[in-house]
Amino acid sequence: MRILKTLGLAAMLAATSGLVHAQDLRIGLQEDPDVLDPDQSRTFVGRIVYASLCDKLVDITPDLEIVPMLATGWEWNEDGTELTMTLREGVTFHDGEPFNAQAVAANIDRSKNFELSRRKSEVRSIESTEVIDDYTIKFNLSAPDATLIAQFADRSGMMLSPKATAEAGEAFGLNPVCAGPFTFKERIQQDRIVLEKFADYYRADEINFDTVTFLPIPDTTVRLANLRAGDLHMLERLAATDLASAEADDGLVVEKATSLGYQGITMNIANGPRAENPLGQNAAVRQALSLAIDRTALNQVVFEGAFAPGNQPYSPTSPWYNADFPVPERDIEAARALLAEAGFADGVTIEVQVTNNPVQAQVMQVVQAMASEAGITIELAAKEFATLLADQTAGEFTASQIGWSGRVDPDGNIHQFMTTGGGINDSHYSDPDMDRFLNQARLSTDPAVRKQSYNAAIAKQQEDMPIVYLYHPVWIWALDSAADGFTPYPDGMIRLHGVSVAE
Amino acid sequence: MLGFLARRVIIAIPTVILISIFVFALQHLLPGDPILVMAGEERDPELIAALREKYRLNDPIPIQYLAWAGNALQGDLGISLRTQQPVLELIGEKLPVTIQLAVMALIIAILIGIPAGVLSAYKKGTWIDWVANVTALSGLSVPNFWLGIMLILLVSVRLGWLPASGYVPLTEDPLQSIRTMIMPAFVLGTAIAATLMRHTRSAMLSVLKSDYVRTARAKGLRERVVLVKHALRNALVPVVTVITLLFGELLAGAVLTEQIFTIPGFGKLVVDAVFNRDYAVVQGIVLCTGIAFIFMNILADAAYRVLNPRMSEK
Repeated sequence: MRILKTLGLAAMLAATSGLVHAQDLRIGLQEDPDVLDPDQSRTFVGRIVYASLCDKLVDITPDLEIVPMLATGWEWNEDGTELTMTLREGVTFHDGEPFNAQAVAANIDRSKNFELSRRKSEVRSIESTEVIDDYTIKFNLSAPDATLIAQFADRSGMMLSPKATAEAGEAFGLNPVCAGPFTFKERIQQDRIVLEKFADYYRADEINFDTVTFLPIPDTTVRLANLRAGDLHMLERLAATDLASAEADDGLVVEKATSLGYQGITMNIANGPRAENPLGQNAAVRQALSLAIDRTALNQVVFEGAFAPGNQPYSPTSPWYNADFPVPERDIEAARALLAEAGFADGVTIEVQVTNNPVQAQVMQVVQAMASEAGITIELAAKEFATLLADQTAGEFTASQIGWSGRVDPDGNIHQFMTTGGGINDSHYSDPDMDRFLNQARLSTDPAVRKQSYNAAIAKQQEDMPIVYLYHPVWIWALDSAADGFTPYPDGMIRLHGVSVAE
Repeated sequence: MLGFLARRVIIAIPTVILISIFVFALQHLLPGDPILVMAGEERDPELIAALREKYRLNDPIPIQYLAWAGNALQGDLGISLRTQQPVLELIGEKLPVTIQLAVMALIIAILIGIPAGVLSAYKKGTWIDWVANVTALSGLSVPNFWLGIMLILLVSVRLGWLPASGYVPLTEDPLQSIRTMIMPAFVLGTAIAATLMRHTRSAMLSVLKSDYVRTARAKGLRERVVLVKHALRNALVPVVTVITLLFGELLAGAVLTEQIFTIPGFGKLVVDAVFNRDYAVVQGIVLCTGIAFIFMNILADAAYRVLNPRMSEK
């Protein structure tokens, strides 16, 4: 009995000392972010940290509408070549520097011209900036670019202290200085990133934590165990296979949002000699492959039904989805007929490369099994990501299972993949109609006009299928049930405005 | 002794140079392009060209190596392509973590492995020997990641006794630091304890059969003195070799265990660096662990001389 008592006491002591004070919010990330410089970084988890560190010119709503953030309003000129923005007054950077039109000009200049900037392509259409007055700035574009506003809702729109960027140069990421709700405190690679509340933040009343700590915990089981043990308040990207158990747990709350991205199979259509195969040369074979796949079953088998089956660069819930082409039912007969029509009645054999992580490998094994029933034999080539990417760029592939993290503006999910010479058009797909539709869609700032162009582009894509889309990941967050006020967004970010944790 | 140590250090220098050349060459033989990974999803050609130029990846590999070696000699191991952090700073950050984990794991291993080895040799053929052997075999066979996750689920989630993962520096809060490290150290330690136990057992068995042990017993010494002072001391020579080799391995990082318990040590860093083709980081860490390994070997040689003074006479 005494032993039991002692053990119980020890357990209580240990439990209480393990409790985290709710003034510090602890968030589990799937990986460790790369450099914390919005102009240089490229990881998804990096953007999650920025959501608490660096405010942007504009933000999005959960329905993907663009709303003011550091910019209070904007106006296009008639032909869409000039964008004038009015800026919020009384905002300061974490180092006390004022936020104004000069600061915006300096930021755009850095995104455009800094040697190591990853943002160059996003702001390429800006030819020059004009400071109209302290809180008004005008962007002069080389050609109309309707996508620009949405770029400002991400890293290109994050405002960094011009004084800090000038002083730190390329080392800015070691001590980032922005204008967001939290300031940078410390980072230990692969261990933690700690941010502290910024007292002079213009929306400080919406921020309920003194500090926020991001902890990279790559193993999904361990990440969930940490949440259950009370060492975390929330985590991102709960594994779909853990969804049922997390939902059944009274101590946890689960939130979901369909992502802007997709996973699919990119075909080599004209990228070097490897394109010369039945799949690369015949749209009918690609259509047959698409028809052979039961996307709902794929989602059930690999993701317990938690993800969103898809057949376009936009998810079926997106306003840009072309409803004339719903996610197709599996149709083996039609697939076989298409193959026969293309002259491959005896079937075809193709190689598909896939990253060597267990989930993507499983996706392709399911596709492989489904395709074989339609007479398409798939040989899988598992490669580690850096190798897969290099081979894909170099045209050393027949087909490649790869995804895209997704962009707020519809242009970001399709233009560079499907236009002739597009930066990431590894298929080397080229079609004058497609080019016309997609380039036209950039010209108008009227969503209705753009929608027509995208509808036409999707119709063309369904015919030519340089990419066979499979599904759209769903962001799944798990939170301690004491947490309140969290809103899921399709961009997968964690916005802490209004979030609180009951003590 | 000092002359011996100096000689060993001088011999080690060419080894270190060879390691660095070997790792450099091996990394550049890997397929995949670091710049493609670094350039981000858009893979802007203008940026790719600028990055290649900046990190001198257009130069021939021997030139790249010489440039790296030249900087390394001046104490500059380059910067991480991924986070812009200087590699030397990264090593300074991770080394204490890795050493702490290695030392704690080794202490656990020694505390379990050596007594178990001595006991099972002494009680050879009895049920004690059998239990020790079966336990050792299970210790070797249970995968670290499985044991780790089971421990987290039991000790942290179910019982709430210890934090599930994470790391607190020893200098910040020693007690909490040990609390966060005890489970990973245990997972690593049990696996090593099994190896140690097997080695101690066989060394003890051969020593217990030797003449001087019989003489010691004939002199009427107490059994405990015979075992610990006479037999164990001699049996320890091969065991020390094993310990130093194991410690060297621990210093290279324990990838799976670090991953499960999110311990920010060398293992995780170097694996991430390989996947991201972060050349400077891989190079710096392998060099560092290589040096540590050599250092451990020199230390082992010195320890033999302490344990068995006859070795110094040669």
